[in-house]
Amino acid sequence: MHPAFSVIFLTTLIGVGQGLFLALFTVESYAAFGLLPAQDGRFYALGSAIALGFLVAGLVASFFHLGRPERAWRSAAKWRTSWLSREVIVLPAFMAAVFLYGAAHFTGFNPVLARLPSGAPVNITAILGVAGTALAFALFVCTGMIYACLRFLQEWHTPLTVINYILLGGASGFVMAAALSAQAAPEVAGFLGGWAMILTVLALVGRTAALVRNARLKPKSSLRTAIGVKHPRIVQKSQGAMGGSFNTREFFHGRAAGFVRQVKWIFPVLAFVVPLGLLVAGFAVAAFAVQYLGLLAERWFFFAQANHPQNLYYRAVS
Amino acid sequence: MTQLALVIDLNVCVGCHACVTSCKEWNTSGQAGPLTDFNPYGADPTGTFFNRVQTFEVGEFPNTETVHFPKSCLHCEEPPCVPVCPTGASYKRKEDGIVLVDYDKCIGCKYCSWACPYGAREIDEQQKVMKKCTLCVDRIYDTSLPEIDRKPACVKACPTSARLFGDVHDPESEVSKAIRESGGYQLMPEWGTQPANHYLPRRKTRLRIFDDELVRADNPLKIEGKPLPRPAKSEPSLDDVTSW
Ligand code: SF4
Ligand code: SF4
Repeated sequence: MHPAFSVIFLTTLIGVGQGLFLALFTVESYAAFGLLPAQDGRFYALGSAIALGFLVAGLVASFFHLGRPERAWRSAAKWRTSWLSREVIVLPAFMAAVFLYGAAHFTGFNPVLARLPSGAPVNITAILGVAGTALAFALFVCTGMIYACLRFLQEWHTPLTVINYILLGGASGFVMAAALSAQAAPEVAGFLGGWAMILTVLALVGRTAALVRNARLKPKSSLRTAIGVKHPRIVQKSQGAMGGSFNTREFFHGRAAGFVRQVKWIFPVLAFVVPLGLLVAGFAVAAFAVQYLGLLAERWFFFAQANHPQNLYYRAVS
Repeated sequence: MTQLALVIDLNVCVGCHACVTSCKEWNTSGQAGPLTDFNPYGADPTGTFFNRVQTFEVGEFPNTETVHFPKSCLHCEEPPCVPVCPTGASYKRKEDGIVLVDYDKCIGCKYCSWACPYGAREIDEQQKVMKKCTLCVDRIYDTSLPEIDRKPACVKACPTSARLFGDVHDPESEVSKAIRESGGYQLMPEWGTQPANHYLPRRKTRLRIFDDELVRADNPLKIEGKPLPRPAKSEPSLDDVTSW
């Protein structure tokens, strides 16, 4: 598939936003049970603002993908069948949750609504946090399923796609949270840095599993099934157009095989190995920057590697 | 339930692209606006087409066969391109099974084209909406046209009648009979999309001429026992005209 920059930025940016929110609420939950020192509301408000910034940037990027962005509102219509439609609904809902969560912390309007049997307070931010967490995971699932539900794209049609969207987004968000807490809340920086490393390792495992799986894939379609001629040797002589078409632009990455192979080796280094080293060394901000670059490369590769069966019809110009 | 479809006879198609040009002509001049081309006379012409004819060579030289392969939307009975559409712009008509795009609703997200394994959808780079074969829905029901013209433009244009059009759910229709009797098949059956369009396979065509066919063994004059002149096969058969 042709890696579109709009989608690369959309999926990586909202991933950071989702992961960062999950990190914030993890800290708040731990603090509520006294497992971490309680943080000032301003820390959560600042974190939510940053998360929201990533989400808005992702949303803006997504509009560049549409031919008719002015009609984007229509895309909420078919949520019963389309994962894309579901994502279109869940993303603003999640952004609203993040906004309200951040606003509640910022204004300090956080009354206790109930108490758990253990006596731990349940206040507004806890409820917003749980809702936001559910929406963050729902959004990961929607984003992943947009790709995983296309059964022809065998590289994507695996639960690993959804799992990796969760792990990669989660890792980048926790690394961002570690970078933020290093400045704004040093008491929890160690906690967040630890989780950032754990998630980065898990993401490395998940992504490697997907790479190994895809390396062993056997394409289900062949030129034989594509045109229905059962002969071992079929060569395309013309594709009906000499100057290219939508089919030659949208479904091919347009790079040499060697370039794709290089990205395949570079992105795990940038997205996982180097950030891990930097996190261990305590450079969380640098770790985030490198990891984000790595994730851009990862997403590029994710698209470039997917081989659409329609490409069978577009092997030779003339 | 009706399911309109095309049946394309690969044994007959000569790859003349008449269906391509006729499709383009009809559909670029219609109500729905042009099928935009870019650089049509330049070095890299490109544009939106509903129908393309591709050519494949099967076998190893010298035992090769050329297969011309017209390709358009197959109006799948289980169209994977429809449920993925977030706006409902892509839909399959209940009444006749045609898969259509509502150009006024489409947001140009291209997701449906990812979900079509056949590459049958092409975006219009100027109108920024997804386009594909409509089976000439604006033609086949047009009562202002003579009955015989209420067929897709490609079917009308094909000089070899390689393209048949009809209801594949009606077992007595021309297309159903062709599928049944000439080994009609679907493309990429492995994905369960159940394309409505079918293709008829290549067949071995041999021209066999028997001697008695040339001398007209069935000539009724023979019954009277009158001997007929039997010119040799190499001799001219039309006196005075071909005797040079
Ligand atoms: S051929 Fe492609 S565009 Fe046409 S109905 Fe089937 S899946 Fe949809
Ligand atoms: S490009 Fe148009 S028809 Fe296709 S999925 Fe998007 S909105 Fe639907």
